[in-house]
Amino acid sequence: MAALVRFLQSTILSKVVVAVTGLFMVLFLLGHMTGNLQMYLGQETMNVYAETLQGLGGLLWVIRGALLLFLVLHVILTLRLKFLSMSARPEPYAVKNYVRATLTSRTMVWSGVMLSLFIVYHLLHFTVKATNPAYGGLFDAAGRHDVYSMVILGYSNVLISMVYIAAMILLGFHLFHAIESMFQTLGINHEKYNPIIHGLSVTLSTIIVVGFIMIPVGVLAGWIALPAGVIVL
Amino acid sequence: MKLKLHIWRQKNARDKGKMVTYEVDGIISDMSFLEMLDVLNEKLILNSEEPVAFDHDCREGICGACSLTINGIPHGPEKETTICQLHMRHFKDGDEIYIEPFRARAFPVIRDLVTDRSAFDRIMQAGGFVSARTGGVPDANAIPISKKEADLAMDNAACIGCGACVASCKNASAMLFVAAKVSQYAHLPQGQPERKRRVLNMVAQMDKEGFGGCTNQYECEAVCPKGISVASIALMNRDFFKASVTE
Repeated sequence: MAALVRFLQSTILSKVVVAVTGLFMVLFLLGHMTGNLQMYLGQETMNVYAETLQGLGGLLWVIRGALLLFLVLHVILTLRLKFLSMSARPEPYAVKNYVRATLTSRTMVWSGVMLSLFIVYHLLHFTVKATNPAYGGLFDAAGRHDVYSMVILGYSNVLISMVYIAAMILLGFHLFHAIESMFQTLGINHEKYNPIIHGLSVTLSTIIVVGFIMIPVGVLAGWIALPAGVIVL
Repeated sequence: MKLKLHIWRQKNARDKGKMVTYEVDGIISDMSFLEMLDVLNEKLILNSEEPVAFDHDCREGICGACSLTINGIPHGPEKETTICQLHMRHFKDGDEIYIEPFRARAFPVIRDLVTDRSAFDRIMQAGGFVSARTGGVPDANAIPISKKEADLAMDNAACIGCGACVASCKNASAMLFVAAKVSQYAHLPQGQPERKRRVLNMVAQMDKEGFGGCTNQYECEAVCPKGISVASIALMNRDFFKASVTE
């Protein structure tokens, strides 16, 4: 334990933990996005997929627990680093100009804090269903929880869709700097591979943002429609 | 050339300090920025006012003493240029210029634009050296070193320790400085025996001095008068992690 505390006290090693937890969260996002895009494959496919995930039982809770741990470590360590950085320059410049630092890199803490708030809302909305308890009462013809209709009902509300779309654009902002930055923190910087890393960062951020946004957009555009028999409340 | 200067004035380390506005006239475009300040100081002395204190030594861009933030950019707007090598031809008549010290908690202001950068000396004392027994001078080419590695070591050794990396960083992080000093030895065979202890001790001292953490914005590389690459930071991250888990 003492060794772990010492490990996390170092700014460099804290960042290694932030990078690794971030990497796992990016991998999760890719999986989550791919799974959710099954909304385009119809009610049957989507609900079977959701049921399979729920059927994982103990494993599902292990994955949820791990993701929560990664998120908490990621947030706490970055906030601690942010406070350290703030105390490292008590007297600000009267005039400050940037030569190289990008807008995305300068706003990581803010995009991160807003994304954390979004995650809380997202869990309350679709996982716990605290904001919309009626979602729990949806079942398809085979008696499965009707996740397909739940998502459509959720995104049919333009305001909710806008919140999700805005959050995903913010996520893209965050990932744009994060993915490339992760390689540097883990010590991977080579003139031969840097263009590839940059390309990967841009491509992955774009895929994740577009992939997630396609779901509320699909619902609003009518590409993903409610099956017969579901009554819109 | 006539200029309006906003300069940070602070009597001593305990004084609160403030920006004061001055006007200077008769500036020639071939003057260096520091010579422009000399003109201002001569005027202040003639008026029985306190001249502006600023650090300078060689005025050739190689000592790392000069340390001014010009309009929010350490060493001013020109790439890979120390402030003593910045000439007034990069400014125009009537310009307003903000001149501030390098700002960081680890670089306390001593007076006006002069800061105490001895935190860098303490980081060097923690490991920025190669221990060698004295004796006869070794033969220059006794240990073969590839051209590429020798060049990388030299590129990092070009760091003059001015502190612009800290001054430019929004986190006031000293990572580029420490990375340059770690890398100049990491690329050479002579640096290998103490490689792990060196990076552990220097980084520990860096954290102790109260510098912030790196957030990979590379502002440091952009303002570095010697063009030190952030690839050195990646090398230090690698070395530090390896040393932390094995030492």
